[in-house]
Order: sequence, then C-alpha cells, then structure tokens
Amino acid sequence: MLYRESGQFKTTYAADQQLFPIVQDRVAILALLAVAAVGVPLVATDYWFTAILIPFLVFSLAALGLNILTGYAGQLSLGTAAFMAVGAIAAYNFQLRIPGIPILVSFVLGGVSAAMVGVLFGLPSLRIKGFYLAVATLAAQFFVPWLVVKVGWFSNYSASGVITAQPVVIAGVAFDTPVRKYLLVLAIVAVLALAAKNLVRSRIGRAWMAVRDMDVAASVIGIRIMRTKLIAFAVSSFYCGVAGALYAFAYLGSVEPDGFNLDLSFRILFMIIIGGVGSIMGSFLGAAFITLLPTFLDVVLTDGAIALGLNLPSGMTSMAQLVVFGALIIFFLIVEPLGLARLWQIGKEKLRLWPFPH
Amino acid sequence: MHFFLEVLIGGLLAGVMYSLVALGFVLIYKASGVFNFAQGAMVFFAALTYVGLLEKTGLPPWIVFALTLGVMVLLGIAIERVVLRPLVNQPQITLFMATIGLAFFIEGLAQIIWGTDVRRLDLGLQDEPIESVLTRFDIMVSKFDLVAAAAAGVLVAVLAVFFNVTRIGRALRAVADDHQAALAVGIPLKQIWAIVWSVAGFVALVAGLLWGARNGVQFALTFVALKALPVLILGGFESVLGAIVGGLIIGASEKLAEVYLGPLIGGGIEGWFAYVLALLFLLVRPEGLFGERHIDRV
Repeated sequence: MLYRESGQFKTTYAADQQLFPIVQDRVAILALLAVAAVGVPLVATDYWFTAILIPFLVFSLAALGLNILTGYAGQLSLGTAAFMAVGAIAAYNFQLRIPGIPILVSFVLGGVSAAMVGVLFGLPSLRIKGFYLAVATLAAQFFVPWLVVKVGWFSNYSASGVITAQPVVIAGVAFDTPVRKYLLVLAIVAVLALAAKNLVRSRIGRAWMAVRDMDVAASVIGIRIMRTKLIAFAVSSFYCGVAGALYAFAYLGSVEPDGFNLDLSFRILFMIIIGGVGSIMGSFLGAAFITLLPTFLDVVLTDGAIALGLNLPSGMTSMAQLVVFGALIIFFLIVEPLGLARLWQIGKEKLRLWPFPH
Repeated sequence: MHFFLEVLIGGLLAGVMYSLVALGFVLIYKASGVFNFAQGAMVFFAALTYVGLLEKTGLPPWIVFALTLGVMVLLGIAIERVVLRPLVNQPQITLFMATIGLAFFIEGLAQIIWGTDVRRLDLGLQDEPIESVLTRFDIMVSKFDLVAAAAAGVLVAVLAVFFNVTRIGRALRAVADDHQAALAVGIPLKQIWAIVWSVAGFVALVAGLLWGARNGVQFALTFVALKALPVLILGGFESVLGAIVGGLIIGASEKLAEVYLGPLIGGGIEGWFAYVLALLFLLVRPEGLFGERHIDRV
C-alpha cells in the first residue's frame, strides 16, 4: 500500500533513467540523509560519534570499495587495509609537503595514490584467478606496511612509522569536534556512495559484472578484460584510499602502519559478505553489523556475566567475543548466504504486495 | 660457500615446516574444494590441547597424543556436520568465509578451555647442531629441524600410500575429481568429508607439535598458516607434492634473501618476501608448479 510503483509513469528518458526511479525510494533516501545530517547530531552523544557512527561510516566506505572489486568485478582481494594505508599516508604527506593545499584535495590525491598502487597490485589479476589472486593480494597487505615503516620519509621520520594527522580545516572552519567530523565524513561518504550507485549501472559497471560472471564470454562480446579489471582495481582502491584517509584524519587522529593489518582487511571482507556481495546497500548494512557487533557483545557478555554472578577473567570476554563472532558469521552464511542486502530485498518485495499478498 | 650451504640447508629445513602446514590445506582443498583458512587455528588448537592434556592428566605422551588425535577427529566430524553440510553447493567464497569464521571460533574456544598463557612444549629434541656433520663438513644442521623434516617425509609417504592404495583414499580422489560422479557410483560424500577433515586434523596435530616445540605454544601459532599460503600458491592448491616442493623453495629462498638481500634494502623482509616471490612466480605459471591447469570454456 505504501510502497507501490503503479501509476508512476515516466514521460522522459531522464526520468526513466534516474538513480531512484520509485518516488518512495527517493523520499526514503532524502529522509535518511536528513535524519543522518540533522536528526542524529541533535540526539547523539560524543561517545556515539567517536566510537560508533564515524567508524561505521568510514568502514562503510572501505566496504564499498571492496564491494566494487569483489562484488561487482569478481576479483577477491585480501589487501584492502593496505590500500587504506596508502590513502592515509599519501593524504598525510600531501598535507605535510605542499603548503596550503586544501584538505579535501589531499583526500582525493590520497585516493588517487591508492588507486595507482591498486592498479600495480591488480596487474597479476590479468593472469591469476580466484584464490590464487586472493593470496597474491596478500603481498600488498604485507609489503605496504613494511615499506612505510622502513622508509622514514613516508611518516616524516617518526618513531615506528606512526603518523599524526593534521587538523582538518575546510574554508576556515575547523572540523575538530566529534559532531563536525561526523558531518564531514557523512558528506564525503554520501557523495561517494551515490557516485558508486551510479557507476555500477553505467557501461563500466555492467562490464565489471560481465567479467565477474564469465570473463571468457565477456571478452567474446567485446569487453576489454584488462582495462575493465584494472579500472575495477583503480576505483576500488580509490574508495579504500579515501576511507583510509578518513580513518586517519577523522576517526583515529594518529595511526601506525601496523594498524592496517590483515585483521582489518578481513573485517572489511566480512562486512561485504555479511552485508551482501555486489550490493551498495549491503556494504552499509554489513559495516553497521560488524561495527556494532563487538560493542554489543562486549556489553552483553560483561553485563551477562555480572548478572549471573560469574567472575570472568578479563581475557575471557574477548575470547568469548571471538567465539560468538565466529559462530555468528557461520550462522549467517548458512541462513542467508547472499547477506543482509538479500533480506532487505525480500522485505521490499513483501512490502510491495502488503497488505494484499495475492 | 660454507656459509651459503648452511643458510640453504637451514632454509630448506625451515621450508619443510611450512610444508607441514600447507599439507593440511591441500588435503581439504583436494577433497572438498574448500580453501580452509581455519587450518592455522587447527594447528594452534591441536598443540594447545596436547600440552593442556599433558599438564592436566600426567599420562605418558603417546596416550595424550592418541587422545588429542581423538579430539581432532571429533572436531573434524563436528565441522562437517555443523559448517559444511548446510553449505553444500554454495560458491567457494562463501565456504572460504565460513572457514574464516571457523578460525575465529576455534581460536576463541581453544583459549577459553586452556587459557591464554604461552606454554612450553618439550618433545625431548634439542635444537642444537649435529656433532658429526659439524666436525666433518663444518656445517650446522639442527637436530630438531632434521627430525621435523623426517616427520614430514614420513607423513607424506603415509598420505601417498593412503591416497593411492587404500579404498578410502581412492574414494577421496574420486570425490576430489567430481562430486556428482562420485555420488553416482555410491561414494558416501558426507563420510568422506568427515574423514578428510579428520586427516587434516591429524596433520595439524603433527605440525602443531613441531611448531609448538620450536616457538612455544601460543596464539602466534595461528600466523603459521599465513606462511603456508605462498607455499600453497607456489606449489599449486591441489598437489601434495607441490606443498612439499613449494615449502622447500619458499624456505630456502626466504632465508637466502634475508641473508643476502636483506642488508641491501633494510632487513625484515621475511614478512613479505615469500608472497612477492609467489606472486612473480604466478605471473609465469598461474596455476602453480603442480596445480591443475585451468581451462576456460564458454
């Protein structure tokens, strides 16, 4: 009754091709953005911004980047954190070395640097497929942090390669409070997410999906495999690079190269698997799930132990977290291998027919 | 020349240790097409269970070994029941993700049961040079490494016999070749998978004991699995022989690079060198040394 597109006729090609062709979708997206930009800052506390909302948005962006590569172009990668590291360190260096450069330009250049590194490590994908490629991307994962620690220039010769992000100032406004940082991250993520949504239905996005589904067939119908794969690596790494820059500048403030480790890569891979491979929406759902779950488990396990009168040693809760986390991932994969995005889609289909399902 | 030989031999023997872990991966990949990321966690779990049981019960080592083996078999069967069976026919990446979840689960479980302390594991082997070789050729060869290499050799021989001669082994190879055809001729797929995971558990136990005796039984054992990955892609996912040869190549070249190349570019290259080597190698032979050739058909 509420969500039905009957009667919404399109009279121009432009109207037919717009990003959200259904009125209800447009309203929902605008409402969501309005709530996120205006409503949330009114009610949320600083803890919410720094511990939950900002990391959620940053990880969403990284997951989006990985989803472009793995979900749309079908190239499994375990090197996401390395590309994030490149973005963060490049943005830091552009800020440091070029006086007066606007910070947003640094972020973009950080993303571009990550894209170049991504293309470099994407070159093997032209010959290697599947798990062989996944393991090959691990080379990036181990090589990049090592290089940053080894070559002091990257971190301006700080001890053990730690970089401390410069203050974020745009057009005279300092983004120093959690609320402001949140709004900055929200704006960047929203713009990039819409761009991605547009990109995946464009010519290049369809080429990615063709390569993913069957690369031989794709090349037979005239898609240039090499170009398509490398663009996927470049775009994906760009997103990851910007996410890395935001991770350093808006979320943590100072990062060490070892922070961009394999664990982080896996966490982002989990996000897209739980959220839904090959879905923009899924990247956000997965990021929300994986960011919130540890916090949630922590609270539940600690409180649960107190309520039951158990005196658990401090290490025990983190171990129990590991167990529950692992079990939940397996559970989710068994129940819905296509991820949360699929559940969302099913919900939408149901809503379409509601309240008369026949 | 002496120094070179010493480094080479040390590297080759270290490579055997990698091969031991890689073997577990290959077994499972061959028989079920699952890239089992939890192998490292299984190595850790096996070593921790062995040490824990040894401390708790005080039984002689061989009984404890048998008990641990029993635990690993139970674990293998449980994995097949709970994780693999509901995920039959899912894409490979889903199964891979499930094994990552499994790795988290096993790591957490092992430490909940046995605690998080670093434990010493004494197999009665000393990590010292062999006297006779040292005096005659002036080359240091660790006794421990040699025994580990021998253990790996025996393991491979046993596995080769198991795969090629026994009824179950043949069934395993049939399953690896084609699930559906194997089912059609009456091979019980579920049992076969449980067996494979149990065998992988056995390999994990051997690897865990040797690695644990060398580095102490601690959480870092799970990272051993990461060292096994370049070995795998170098040797090819489907080949037991590849796991051994790949391990030797990776071990030797890694040590040589650390000694000769390391000082030139600043040391600490052990972390990534194996991966870059494997990556360059794959550019020449995308399916690894002994992997099955992938043929594309439209």
